[in-house]
Amino acid sequence: MRWRDPAILLFVILLTWEVLYLLVGDVALRSPLATAENLRTLLVDARFMPHVRETLLAFVQGFAIAVVVGLLIGVPLGAARFAGEVAEPILVALYSIPKVTLYPVILLIFGIGMPAKVAFGAIHGIVPISIFAMNAVRNINPTHLRTARVMRLSTSGFALKILIPATLPEIVTGIRVGFSLALIGTLLGEMFGSQRGLGHLLMQAMSLHNIERILALTLLLVAFAAGVNALLLALDRHLHRALP
Amino acid sequence: MTVSSARIFLILGAILLLELLCRLGIIPNFTVIPPSAMAQSLWNILASGKFTADIAATLTNVGIAIVAAMIAGVALGTLLQSWPAARRVLDPLFATYYAVPMYAFYPLLIVIFGLGDLPQVAIGFLLAVMAVILNTLNGLDRVPPVLLKTARVHRLGFIKEAIQIRLAYAAPYVFTGFKLAVAYSFIGVIGAEFITSSRGIGYEISFAYNNFDNGVMYAMILFILLVVITVNMSLHAWEKRLLARRRRA
Repeated sequence: MRWRDPAILLFVILLTWEVLYLLVGDVALRSPLATAENLRTLLVDARFMPHVRETLLAFVQGFAIAVVVGLLIGVPLGAARFAGEVAEPILVALYSIPKVTLYPVILLIFGIGMPAKVAFGAIHGIVPISIFAMNAVRNINPTHLRTARVMRLSTSGFALKILIPATLPEIVTGIRVGFSLALIGTLLGEMFGSQRGLGHLLMQAMSLHNIERILALTLLLVAFAAGVNALLLALDRHLHRALP
Repeated sequence: MTVSSARIFLILGAILLLELLCRLGIIPNFTVIPPSAMAQSLWNILASGKFTADIAATLTNVGIAIVAAMIAGVALGTLLQSWPAARRVLDPLFATYYAVPMYAFYPLLIVIFGLGDLPQVAIGFLLAVMAVILNTLNGLDRVPPVLLKTARVHRLGFIKEAIQIRLAYAAPYVFTGFKLAVAYSFIGVIGAEFITSSRGIGYEISFAYNNFDNGVMYAMILFILLVVITVNMSLHAWEKRLLARRRRA
């Protein structure tokens, strides 16, 4: 009965949505069925796809930068205990500041357009990925490190046999968190500083009070984010279980 | 060199470097103004009282969101912990909650709650409440069975047992949730103010940006960063004191 609980959840969510719709009416909401229909019309619209591509392109670049830079910051900080202890509270403080406030700075540096969106997505994702990577490296079993020294493993051997297998599960968790934050960052960047992309469409629909459009876009974004997250979560749990 | 002095050197060094780069014109002033100018401008703004109403509005909204998330989060967490079937059904929702771009619901909240402060408070609350729920559940899961047996021996009711035994034991975990709730409330409320609002710190920053008023913009950004970091550091210090007392006991 693996599918029973998720099915109940889905049913509860749709039911809540429908009841909410019946309560507030057409001024504020559309029914789940109407929204699915609106989304379908949107998806076959030829003018819509360039926006999806634009957002995906910005997001993929921002996310890739976040992963690479996050690992480049986190792994050395995990290896060097002193540097890690110095940097950790700074990273946590950076994680907790509302990064939206920095969007004017990003726009002043990069100008309106693709680079600003990519940068905005990247700065949202970098910090969590580096925090998780740092803790992953820091928590490598010391016995494994001593064994590596006794066996005289080469640098590449150490990376392949010890570093990657020991840190991968935590790093995947970090990447999962970074994924959602980079997506939020990209969308926020599009809402404020762009003439294209899903974030821009959402902002436009908001100012036109186009509820059908707002709900269809929200459904698309939520479905995408939840779908990818479910995949990453399955990978994450699989890796954590496989850990000795 | 100790860890904390190295940290202070690092932060001061970064600020000094930024100051130098701006003063030498390597970073042009219409992109970033020197940190000393930001501080000067912030001081003038605070002294003039020009934005006092905006600051008060933002902090009030953040405060309401935090308190509501704390109360609702602990209550829902406690309820769910004693209702495993519901928790199992909701588990996928918990796991995907923070993956969903919450701001996508903002237009919807505006339509439901109107154009006042409520949609902003709601975004802050929605972001914050899940952190409290998850950490409350995590703490309650760790209560040793012997304490629960003690509660049964003393014939405590559900509410009394929850407050005196379960939540008391789970307090440090719940505190972690509160800390996150504070950060998320700021993120939610200020982000929402950027999107649409007619007052508040986020609104003033985006207004200053649209008018190329870098003095005001950087002053208010600095203000937000200082407030959030100060609140976080104080909570961190308080948490450390609580944990130290618990270890002694």
